[in-house]
Amino acid sequence: MTTLHVESVSIRFGGVQALTDVNFSVQKGEFVGLIGPNGAGKTTLLKIIAGILTPDTGRVMLEGEDVTRLPTAKRVRKGLAITHQIVRPFRSMTTLDNTALAAGYKITSNPLTAAFHWRRSQQSARAAEMLAKVGLAGLEDRDVSALPLGNLKRLEVARALALDPSIIILDEPLAGLNHREAERQADTLAALNAEGLTIVLIEHNLRELVRVSKRLLVLDGGKMIADGEPEHVMSDPAVREAYVGKADDHAAA
Amino acid sequence: MTLYAYSLLSILGINIMLATSLNLISGFCGQFSLGHGAFYGAGAYAAALCAVAGYPVPVALLVGALVGGALGFVVGFASVRLREDFLVVTTIGVSFLFVGFVRKQKWLGAEMGISKIPASGLGPEGNAIMILLFAAATIALCLYLNRSWLGFAFRAVGDDEQAARTIAIPVSTYKLLAFTIGTAVAGLAGGLYTYFTQFIVPDSFTFILSVTLMAMVVIGGLGSTWGVVIAAIILTLLPEAFRFINDYRLLIYGGVLMLVMRFAPGGLAGIATSVTRRLRKA
Repeated sequence: MTTLHVESVSIRFGGVQALTDVNFSVQKGEFVGLIGPNGAGKTTLLKIIAGILTPDTGRVMLEGEDVTRLPTAKRVRKGLAITHQIVRPFRSMTTLDNTALAAGYKITSNPLTAAFHWRRSQQSARAAEMLAKVGLAGLEDRDVSALPLGNLKRLEVARALALDPSIIILDEPLAGLNHREAERQADTLAALNAEGLTIVLIEHNLRELVRVSKRLLVLDGGKMIADGEPEHVMSDPAVREAYVGKADDHAAA
Repeated sequence: MTLYAYSLLSILGINIMLATSLNLISGFCGQFSLGHGAFYGAGAYAAALCAVAGYPVPVALLVGALVGGALGFVVGFASVRLREDFLVVTTIGVSFLFVGFVRKQKWLGAEMGISKIPASGLGPEGNAIMILLFAAATIALCLYLNRSWLGFAFRAVGDDEQAARTIAIPVSTYKLLAFTIGTAVAGLAGGLYTYFTQFIVPDSFTFILSVTLMAMVVIGGLGSTWGVVIAAIILTLLPEAFRFINDYRLLIYGGVLMLVMRFAPGGLAGIATSVTRRLRKA
């Protein structure tokens, strides 16, 4: 069953064609990695899927439904969860409250419903469960401003999980983490996928990505240049050129 | 109690309503408004017109709240599209626009305002009690909202709008709602003011009033209902207690505001929290 389907998506910013006819589908239960050099259009693609940008042409389908014109909050209610590359916790809240608020998305999706609900025990219990799942048990009552980056990256995942998503798209969840933290975070994601969660991972950490993902998509210059098994994709000359070729340019410079 | 005491209690109640309702917009939901005086004024003028036309007190107060809230809803639309700092500038504009508009309208009494507004029939004591009851209800509403999921979501919107969107919160609707509730309460306070003074002029609703209300919110502690209530009480009573403070009111408000921003950005509520924490540790 197709969870996410991106069809002929193109977008132009002024004179720059940021994405050209991008097509791909993600099936239920898949673990897909999305890579590409800087400026390849990864973040633009994520913004289009999330509803922050509207494509010039093409459409985005979620669980078979066209969501191209829907705002972010509505897409999230339909099963899309996103984590931010630069962590965005609610700074005035504890770790538990950050996650409990996400767990109460059915209540907060309508302000009138929210005005007549005040009990949080059910959502707090679910939030604690999600925090334990990503390895943040014991830190429930901490102010998020006191948490290190590694934990904040985990909090992003816990908050997304609390939304009962059918697909979760993670924007560089390993960036800024040391080797060990990145490995642990990738293991957590692999475990979540093993439980049946559909994951799209946008990442620069190729080592971890090739280790945990089962399929790789490669974006370069706004075009999808490869799609397949990680080992197979990484040996593709076009992909090597996109990465290694540019590395040679850097070396020459 | 003397007539002066009733008058002081009435002003106190009105200021508490205005400051806590502004806190609902700026403290709970993170939308800085420097035009709260305009919504207060709109409610006052609407209630005054109703009272002069012979409508009973509850109708006039309701119309005051509705007009304040309706104007807030319209300005709130701007807040949905604007960045925080742009919203501040827009609300400053609203503040000047309101006074400028009212001053030129003959049907609103222009510079002379509206006088001979019929009394509420409750007398000074009854008026003061009515105002204090409404102030208590406003405090209760704010405390309740802050505990509810609505207040929970308001805080998320105030913290980070983009992050709030990604956990399915319809940010625009929440911002608009906070603005509408807050400005409706300001409009109601305007209606109460109308019956308290029985005479309104444009100069009662100027930009200085809006800034004074924001000073109450910031000094009390953004987002803290009790902190803002205490700040409203202190900033209302101090100038009355010490005549010289009244003469230098703006200078002192400005100075205190700068000191708070520099040394205790959490305001009185922030100071109280850190003192409690230290006492617990000791």
